[in-house]
Amino acid sequence: MKTFVYIDHFKGAVQPASWEALGLAKSFGSAVALVFGSGVDGIAQSAFEFGADEVLLVDDPALLDYRAEPFASTLSALAAASSPDLILFPTTARTRELAAMSAVDLGTGVLTDVIALEANGNQLVATRPIYEGKVLEKTVCSGKPVMATLRARAFPKPAAEAGRTGTLTKAEARAEALTNVEGYAVAENVVNLTDAGVIVSGGRGVSNNPSLGLDEMATAHKGFELVGELASVLGGAVGASRAAVDAGYIPYSNQVGQTGKVVSPDLYIAAGISGAIQHLVGMRNAKLIVAINKDADAPIFTQARYGVVGDLFAILPALTEAFKKKLGK
Amino acid sequence: MKIIACIKQVPDSEAKVKAENGQVSWGDAPLVINPFDEYAVEGALQQKEATNGTVTALCIGPESAKEALKHALAMGADEAVLVSDPALDGLDTLGAARVLAAAIQKIGGADMVVFGRQTLDNGAGLTPAQTARVLGWPMLGLAGQIKVDGGNVTVERVIEEGRQTVSAKLPAVLSVVQSIGEPRYPSFMGIRKASKATIPVWSLADLGVAAPAAVVTRAELMNPPSRETTVEIITGESPAEIADKLADKILAEKVL
Repeated sequence: MKTFVYIDHFKGAVQPASWEALGLAKSFGSAVALVFGSGVDGIAQSAFEFGADEVLLVDDPALLDYRAEPFASTLSALAAASSPDLILFPTTARTRELAAMSAVDLGTGVLTDVIALEANGNQLVATRPIYEGKVLEKTVCSGKPVMATLRARAFPKPAAEAGRTGTLTKAEARAEALTNVEGYAVAENVVNLTDAGVIVSGGRGVSNNPSLGLDEMATAHKGFELVGELASVLGGAVGASRAAVDAGYIPYSNQVGQTGKVVSPDLYIAAGISGAIQHLVGMRNAKLIVAINKDADAPIFTQARYGVVGDLFAILPALTEAFKKKLGK
Repeated sequence: MKIIACIKQVPDSEAKVKAENGQVSWGDAPLVINPFDEYAVEGALQQKEATNGTVTALCIGPESAKEALKHALAMGADEAVLVSDPALDGLDTLGAARVLAAAIQKIGGADMVVFGRQTLDNGAGLTPAQTARVLGWPMLGLAGQIKVDGGNVTVERVIEEGRQTVSAKLPAVLSVVQSIGEPRYPSFMGIRKASKATIPVWSLADLGVAAPAAVVTRAELMNPPSRETTVEIITGESPAEIADKLADKILAEKVL
């Protein structure tokens, strides 16, 4: 089976789930990595090291910024020219659009947020969560190629083999663009929640009262500092519940849950989060959930393996100190 | 400016959804407007107010989906259209995009089409971009802010890495995220107006399109494995003691 793997990157920084997709492609047969952008030959080399047999490199100044239309047209043209059986993507904001549009061009379907993909005879069967993960479906695509976006951390990341090479093929961009990129406000210290192995999240409980008085805002900032310190000792990312985002304690990009991000870290520590269903659907796939909350009846404890009923302002710094000691930091 | 807000009706997010006899069951939970689409209606209404325009809410679904459209009308949409046809059972996102594009063309004269980021049921989040592609219009996805200036629209996209400012010529298709602003509550007058509204129902024949054959189909439905939910509460004399015990428990799980 011939699989295209779209390597998603932002200004040259590759989404690690792209490599997970490459690993899955190799398990089915030959893997062709697609690298689009401007000045991205370094990514092509990384693709070989993570196992690509061939790299289709489209290096063109017109592709410097990701824009849905030219990227989709370029992808569709490459797929039409060499008829892969499968095109894999990591699931990101960009690839959802890109796969969606290219599927229109190719008259095929996209299976999104895939957590398992098996070959059953000639058919590929994908497992994906629906209804916010309350139900799972096995789904098939009768079109060709089958297109699938993989949920981050659902498939193992292959080991890189330094200096590995393969066939590098350069291809042309289809640069028709309908949109202009005017600029960016890139967040400082970007932590990608969907790729994080450890997440420490804060909720409304990082303040004593969500009424947004100045004192309460100061308390909340202190609370998120404590959340951040623990995350940093554990090498993890900072998340938040919607209540904390709505109260203005922390940006929307950190929100976990229904209207935020769905995450699946190995460890999720929820501090001051009561555990509304809208939050639980975003984090219940975590391997280990730890909850710290003042209220022993908070629903978050129904999902947690370990819990502490207490004040996060006392527990979080103590936990940070304990890990510093035990991890030798 | 003429704006179309595309919405869907889904089971309420509090519903206990499960797989039952190969079907998705949500018990007696109510069907509501998809929560993400409330943001789409809100975003559309903001642009209506900024440009002295109109908003038409558009939905594919059974007759009962008129309730979701009435919610949009009660929020302040001027008109609503339901596309309903027995041949639309098992519709996939590509089919939905083709049907929506045909309905958008039939409504006519739209400058902007606004979607929510994704639906709560299937959750693929593909339909906005696919509709844009079928129409051949620019796609501005995940907008947290929208600004219209003459024949141009500029949005601030909320992406994994931060914010990206992107512009395009109208007409364009947008999808919006929560940063657009809290959806307004239906007013008393709005609810009265919505309850009296006559919502036209268009069939595929009215749209002049053939029933799209689904490319993506469901083979099996499962309930997720139930997780270990017995919580062990860690106690101690002091925060330091609790933290020490908890850290040991976490380290023993080998998740770090």
